[in-house]
Amino acid sequence: MADLATVAERPTLIEGGQLVDHRDGRTVVLRLRDVRTQFDDKIIHDKLDFDVFRGEIVGLVGGSGTGKSVLLRTIIGLNGHSRGTIEMLGVDTATLHGGTERAMQARTGVQFQDGALFSSLSVTENIIVPIREHAGLDEQTMREIAALKVAMVGLPPDTGDKKPSELSGGMRKRASLARALALDPELLFLDEPTAGLDPIGAAHYDELVKGLSRSLGLTVLMVTHDLDSLYAICDRIAVLLDKRVVVGTIEELLAYDHPWVREYFHGPRGRAAAR
Amino acid sequence: MADALPTIRYTMRAGKPVVEVGGAWTVFTLRGIRQTAEKALRAAGTAKAGRIVDAKAIERLDTAGAMEILALAGGPGSEVETADKAHADLFAVVQKNMGATPPERHPNWLAHWLEEIGRNTLHFYQQVLNLSAFFGEILVTFIEACLSPRRFRFGSVVRQMYEVWIRALVIVGVLCFLIGVVIAYQGVQQLKQFGAETFSVEAVGIGMFRELGVLLTAIIVAGRSGSAFTAQIGTMQVNQEVDAMRTIGLNPIEWLVMPRITALVISMPLLAFWGNMTGLLGGAVACSVYLDFTFAQFFDRLRDTVGPWNFYVGMIKAPVFGAVIAAIGCFEGLQVRGSAESVGQLTTKSVVESIFCVIVLDAIFSIVFLLAGV
Repeated sequence: MADLATVAERPTLIEGGQLVDHRDGRTVVLRLRDVRTQFDDKIIHDKLDFDVFRGEIVGLVGGSGTGKSVLLRTIIGLNGHSRGTIEMLGVDTATLHGGTERAMQARTGVQFQDGALFSSLSVTENIIVPIREHAGLDEQTMREIAALKVAMVGLPPDTGDKKPSELSGGMRKRASLARALALDPELLFLDEPTAGLDPIGAAHYDELVKGLSRSLGLTVLMVTHDLDSLYAICDRIAVLLDKRVVVGTIEELLAYDHPWVREYFHGPRGRAAAR
Repeated sequence: MADALPTIRYTMRAGKPVVEVGGAWTVFTLRGIRQTAEKALRAAGTAKAGRIVDAKAIERLDTAGAMEILALAGGPGSEVETADKAHADLFAVVQKNMGATPPERHPNWLAHWLEEIGRNTLHFYQQVLNLSAFFGEILVTFIEACLSPRRFRFGSVVRQMYEVWIRALVIVGVLCFLIGVVIAYQGVQQLKQFGAETFSVEAVGIGMFRELGVLLTAIIVAGRSGSAFTAQIGTMQVNQEVDAMRTIGLNPIEWLVMPRITALVISMPLLAFWGNMTGLLGGAVACSVYLDFTFAQFFDRLRDTVGPWNFYVGMIKAPVFGAVIAAIGCFEGLQVRGSAESVGQLTTKSVVESIFCVIVLDAIFSIVFLLAGV
């Protein structure tokens, strides 16, 4: 009951789970409405509204077990949702099938937490896989595109011939990003992209994502626990609270009165990252 | 995707070669563009590609398209004129990252072949060394365990025995029964031709006891337990559990390998015995069908004609096979490095190697028993 009372005092969320409207005339590339996900009887998300606008970088945070990865997998379509609608690039994902689903897959890119590179293929071949599947160019052109992507994510040219097992964790993440970027997607999903990287590597990675997002006009949704990333590159932050998301800029969230948010942003690490 | 096709035209402007491009240049529209460009170049009659790119007419562009335009214009150093800020940014990104494309390697097949042979030879040599070292390590641990039997980890041994013995009983029983039936049936069919069909009892008895019972069991055990050992220990390697054990001061040989070997050394004779018995039962059933032998007649004849050494020979081989299968399974499990993929590869390898070793050992045993006259 005490919890309900505090909820009532917080500002009510406006469209898309926002605290303050930041749409600013931009297209909504990802629109979740009234989404519920559950495993058997356990409800993970409920009445969840969430909008992502074109060209922005949104960080998705939340305590352990609040279902960050579940939400990401639900948006990508790897998990089902039991209620509500998910619209990606203006299309309801529930209506996707066959050709339209493939077209949508070509317009989105996903980087999984530990890379998920195909271990039997070299980095170049990994990048070529989506190109061959969706565009089917000749071998030489695809190799050149792969080499370009390898350079774009800041890997040395000889990385292309290596197998994923020969790469360090940070290089695997970059290679995985290169594969996600293979078809120049409009919408990019990153699952904990800087987890397990040293601070220097993580900072470089942040810069890379920000730079690519600006120059390629990418929209990025990233699950992260890295407070530095949140401060450095995210335009807005989505916090998973009480089975829903609350979206705002860091300043708005700093002012938002919720015990978890307060501890997250005002805790020792949050303060250190803010400096 | 229904995109406008990319267009390309080579012209001269103020004495300089210019490439005019337009339409949609994305990864989805690039198919066949190089041939089109070549034709355009030939039609224009300019010998070499231009160094200035006029990209004002472009509708859609992505990195692959920008790369291709620059490649067709003669390289990343080309000058680009665009009307669109986003396109200019894209060209800038690509120009920055476009380097010399790594040429496809075409290794000499002979050199490649020789390299492969050399690599495999070295690998085999290394494998033999490693396996010998591993057997040595097991032996040392075994001797230590004999001095303080607590270190045999009987709890683990019993748990492993449940897996490799009890849970294998059904499959070993069924297969040996069927093989018993088959041998008896074939024996009757062939021996009938010279009126010696009663000798099929010996065929079943001697065949089962000496070779088939134990060999069949060993192959089943290699397939279901040897592979399981590799997969279990390999997965622990991938999760760094084995490394964790070492840092805590637990010897993986003592905790993981010894219990499995001990369990299999005990279980193999038990399983082989069970296989022999079900095999005989299969033979007896077949003989009662094809030969009108009663069970009593079958076993009477068996007792009179098949000496006990036939049985002992099989029982002597069983624990040795068990030890080899378990040791190879554990060894390959500990060889796992890095990825989950190598767990699969090494599991296959462990099964093949252990069946190979079992059959080679069986041949050696045959020679030894022949010399010993049993």
